[in-house]
Amino acid sequence: MTNEPNIHVGHDEAGTNVEHGDHDNAYSGLLVNDAHWAFGTDFEDPLAGVDTTVPEGVDPKELAAYCLMLGDDALIFSQRISEWCSNAPDLEEDIALANISLDLLGQARLLLARAAAADPALVPELPEGSPVPDEDRLAYFREDLEFRNVRLAEVPDGDFAEAAAKILIYSTWRLAIFERLTSSRDSVLAAIADKGVKEMSYHRDFAGRWVLTLARGTAESKTRLLTALNGLWPLWAELFETHPIEASVAAAGIGIDPAEVADEAGVIIDQVFAAAGIDRPERGALAGVRGQKGRDGLHTEALSKMLADMQVVARQHPEGQW
Amino acid sequence: MVTATLETRTAAIDRARAAAARVTDPEMPMLTLVDLGVLREVTIEDGRVVMTITPTYSGCPAMATMRDDLQRELQDAGFPDAEVRVSLSPAWTSDWITEEGRKALKGAGISPPGQAPTRQGPVALTLMPTRRAVVCTLCGSENVRLSSEFGPTACKAMYQCLDCLEPFEHVKEI
Repeated sequence: MTNEPNIHVGHDEAGTNVEHGDHDNAYSGLLVNDAHWAFGTDFEDPLAGVDTTVPEGVDPKELAAYCLMLGDDALIFSQRISEWCSNAPDLEEDIALANISLDLLGQARLLLARAAAADPALVPELPEGSPVPDEDRLAYFREDLEFRNVRLAEVPDGDFAEAAAKILIYSTWRLAIFERLTSSRDSVLAAIADKGVKEMSYHRDFAGRWVLTLARGTAESKTRLLTALNGLWPLWAELFETHPIEASVAAAGIGIDPAEVADEAGVIIDQVFAAAGIDRPERGALAGVRGQKGRDGLHTEALSKMLADMQVVARQHPEGQW
Repeated sequence: MVTATLETRTAAIDRARAAAARVTDPEMPMLTLVDLGVLREVTIEDGRVVMTITPTYSGCPAMATMRDDLQRELQDAGFPDAEVRVSLSPAWTSDWITEEGRKALKGAGISPPGQAPTRQGPVALTLMPTRRAVVCTLCGSENVRLSSEFGPTACKAMYQCLDCLEPFEHVKEI
């Protein structure tokens, strides 16, 4: 041992008890099972022990389709925000964006796991013996046309003003939906929403403060903010359009019809704009393709490119090993 | 099971709880699962120890590790077939951090959370910095500045003392 660094620590970065001196390299012992490294350090079910029985009178397929919509919103928006990591204007904002992305990723994981539990037929099949958990299969092994997120979530990142404006719009809309979702008859969705409300309250305040700061800052910062809002506004209306699945789960008492929250979300946005001294952009809604939009699986090109980037490693290693 | 026959139910639960109290948060190692209020319930079902935990934040990467560590501690304490369950409701709140936990945070230079906001009706929009009764963990001054509502872990905000200039972390009220 005299010629080797003799480092003994109680925990490594993954929290696993290791004594480095006894191992060949610094990474052994880091993982519970090295073979599964491609998909993270463990395969625990995020809903282990949670009662995932579908409430009476609810079509499990519709519940799953709805959870997939909400899960895809969170996943795709999280991935976009995560692209800011190490690119933000200062360390505090970098950390804030990473935290927001992480909260959304946690919500996505639970929502996708809930979708899979309600309707296992949704989950893509992988080779026999693949250890990839259901929520990861949904994230990494579906094609772009199978994603059900609103198109706002996939908009490519612009400058920091665009990030602030986008997070404000997303979290204002989403918070209004999640506040109502806390009384869902599906206890799993209600619990996910309850947690999400607490987290997204911070996101909305963060973004709202930055919108104010940029609007009242310099001519340059204000111009950038207005340009960003102008570019995003065509996607505002889509957030409040009711998809048949949403209408159906709302009628069953497990989901929310987004049209219901349009007024409330609009009031909040107008409050921020009034405090910032700016007006709502005058832009019409971005059309769909033959009337089909994000919730129908029709997206902008940006989603396909993002998925190519996000899914490439998982798809090369569907058995989770290399 | 073996444990149930060798000791009383209460003693087994106490021993399992003690095992859980040895598991620390990998990101805030001064806190145990019990200090954090993450451990919700310890019971024995059909002779097996069942522990229920509630995640702090939806995406907290420390949760998986804490769960693995808990399973390992329980195994070492003689409960190889213990089960760890997740309970999502009610959602975790910083109010569940124990007195011991708050002392441990202070001792490590981290400002403990105040009382979590209780909400009636829609979540209010707050465009001014959050007001908290935070004091500098080094000099005790109340003259502090919020430098970011987000910190190095999901649960913390960052502050700086304007008197002694010490930067410090504050566990957010949630």
